[in-house]
Amino acid sequence: MTREQGLQYYKTMQTIRRMELKADQLYKQKIIRGFCHLYDGQEACCVGLEAAINRTDHLITAYRAHGFTYTRGIPVREILAELTGRISGCAKGKGGSMHMYAKNFYGGNGIVGAQVPLGAGIALACKYFGKDEICVTLYGDGAANQGQIFETFNMAALWKLPCIFICENNRYGMGTSVERAAASTDYYKRGDFIPGLRVDGMDVLAVREATKFAADHCRAGKGPIVMELQTYRYHGHSMSDPGVSYRTREEIQEVRSKSDPITLLKDRMVNNNLASVEELKEIDVEVRKEIEDAAQFATTDPEPPLEELGNHIYYKEAPFEVRGPNQWTRYKSVG
Amino acid sequence: MALAGLGLRRAAVSTLRLSLTTGSPSRRRAAHFTFQPDPEPTQYGQTQKMNLFQSITSALDNALSRDPTAVIFGEDVSFGGVFRCTVGLRDKFGKDRVFNTPLCEQGIVGFGIGIAVTGATAIAEIQFADYIYPAFDQIVNEAAKYRYRSGDLFNCGSLTIRAPWGCVGHGALYHSQSPEAFFAHCPGLKVVVPRGPIEAKGLLLSCIEDKNPCIFFEPKIMYRAAVEQVPVDPYCIPLSQAEVLQDGSDVTLVAWGTQVHVIKEVAVMAQEKLGVSCEIIDLKTILPWDVETVCKSVAKTGRLLITHEAPVTGGFASEISSTVQEECFLNLEAPITRVCGYDTPFPHIFEPFYIPDKWKCYDAVRKMINY
Repeated sequence: MTREQGLQYYKTMQTIRRMELKADQLYKQKIIRGFCHLYDGQEACCVGLEAAINRTDHLITAYRAHGFTYTRGIPVREILAELTGRISGCAKGKGGSMHMYAKNFYGGNGIVGAQVPLGAGIALACKYFGKDEICVTLYGDGAANQGQIFETFNMAALWKLPCIFICENNRYGMGTSVERAAASTDYYKRGDFIPGLRVDGMDVLAVREATKFAADHCRAGKGPIVMELQTYRYHGHSMSDPGVSYRTREEIQEVRSKSDPITLLKDRMVNNNLASVEELKEIDVEVRKEIEDAAQFATTDPEPPLEELGNHIYYKEAPFEVRGPNQWTRYKSVG
Repeated sequence: MALAGLGLRRAAVSTLRLSLTTGSPSRRRAAHFTFQPDPEPTQYGQTQKMNLFQSITSALDNALSRDPTAVIFGEDVSFGGVFRCTVGLRDKFGKDRVFNTPLCEQGIVGFGIGIAVTGATAIAEIQFADYIYPAFDQIVNEAAKYRYRSGDLFNCGSLTIRAPWGCVGHGALYHSQSPEAFFAHCPGLKVVVPRGPIEAKGLLLSCIEDKNPCIFFEPKIMYRAAVEQVPVDPYCIPLSQAEVLQDGSDVTLVAWGTQVHVIKEVAVMAQEKLGVSCEIIDLKTILPWDVETVCKSVAKTGRLLITHEAPVTGGFASEISSTVQEECFLNLEAPITRVCGYDTPFPHIFEPFYIPDKWKCYDAVRKMINY
């Protein structure tokens, strides 16, 4: 790791952390409503991954999508504006927390496990077009028990698709610990005939190096590979889950103090004279300012107009009428 | 075909195929409808005699020929599929473009969405419409909503899902269903059912080209039984446009797929026996459906009969009925009538009683006239 890389990883992780904490705050102020799944604690996963793949590679994940949206290139203000349901949000305010997109980033998917077969399809397109691109397909430890994951493993291995299947194991599928939900918690082995890696998902460099290995494997035409990233979420599953009824506060505190991904990287950089504490503090200040500005933007940007309700149901064709709750309410749908 | 050893389900398919292909002429005569071919179209160039499965093959062949990104996949499609719709396509276009999937409908559709979201053309086959339910989540939650939830940044509009549909004479519970109404409840999808080979080719090519995810249901009873002169070159028949097949003044009859042929017979019977003039409409596209054509007709005739094989409760006829009632309330001379399947699972031995055949439809017309 070079100094520049280290500083970049640090800043990116810190930005995601602060963004999530801001989202938490905005949620509690009832400015963000509805479902909201925060990523704090898991930052090393998306940052390490992104550092090891190309921008032209493809990525699809589940509903805990804020971090990946940011690493795939969407600015914080557009993410927060999406969360607050504003017109400048990255999905025009129509997607919300679970549905954010960017170039080569296919979301942001709400149904547990449903994005995994899509990832295999994207990987087939990569292979079919012969572009040396791969697809990174993420799911959680809860989704790992969905039947369609195994359907997809089979297809991906059968057709040697360039797909990295990544199980972000944050130890709890909603409120159920992995031990109570999975007959085998060795998620990296659950591809059976697909090779698997188990990686410390709290260590951004471990994630990066493992992903490089996995990506090389895929690019070499050897087919898919499974990676389990062992990580942890500090927040509950969603905003309605305080996150302490099925695990102890001590457990969370222990992870925070012993294996926080940002602290780990910080210590590593400082101990190896790659950066000074002051320097990193300056980054923190900068990040805080960016987040505050973004939050300001996300709370003042206008909401999408009501006409948007009927739009984007079908491909832009001649505008058609969308029937409302009664025969007198109609919306025009334009693309 | 590798049918041996694949378990009960595949065995059922093979049995079905067997009886479809070897069905005796006497059984065919016992079918509840008589296929009435459309006249040979003149505007699309040279035609060839094709049955329904051959016209589907011809459409798929055209699609693969002119769109290098198009791929076809599904259970057994590389061998031609259980209904022979993809015969020869693997040999012609290669096994990277026409390939078999495992038995995993949810995976097939999700995989298809993934291909489509990259901009390539995905044509998925679900072996029977009855098997589409494992993929329901992928279709309803992923395919239909991708465009909307991403604010139009992403979509899977180049996905088409084909599935054999409807009763077949002996299909029983799991080879006979007509699930169009389930999907009609889902904005973002298009749902299409053709009435014969010419229509099937044009509508399927429209679905493949359409920029929205489409479900194309093929009335499987017609695969072999329906023969028409089908144009060899590609052509499109517009979606969401119903067609008035016969003008009439007393009753509007609306149907799609196989049932179109039933109401054609009903119209003849009504004319002969009751002196009643029926207007016949083939709806073709279930979602988004052509409200205007239907309402215009009902405003003229004052009576509407809708018929489909699926169970009556929550069937698509209820949607049509409700809309027409709103739009044409003062034009109506009799209550809108639905002649549909019973609210039971699709029965095996009771199939002849279950089917909304011409006698039931004729009786309904008679009651509407005497109302």
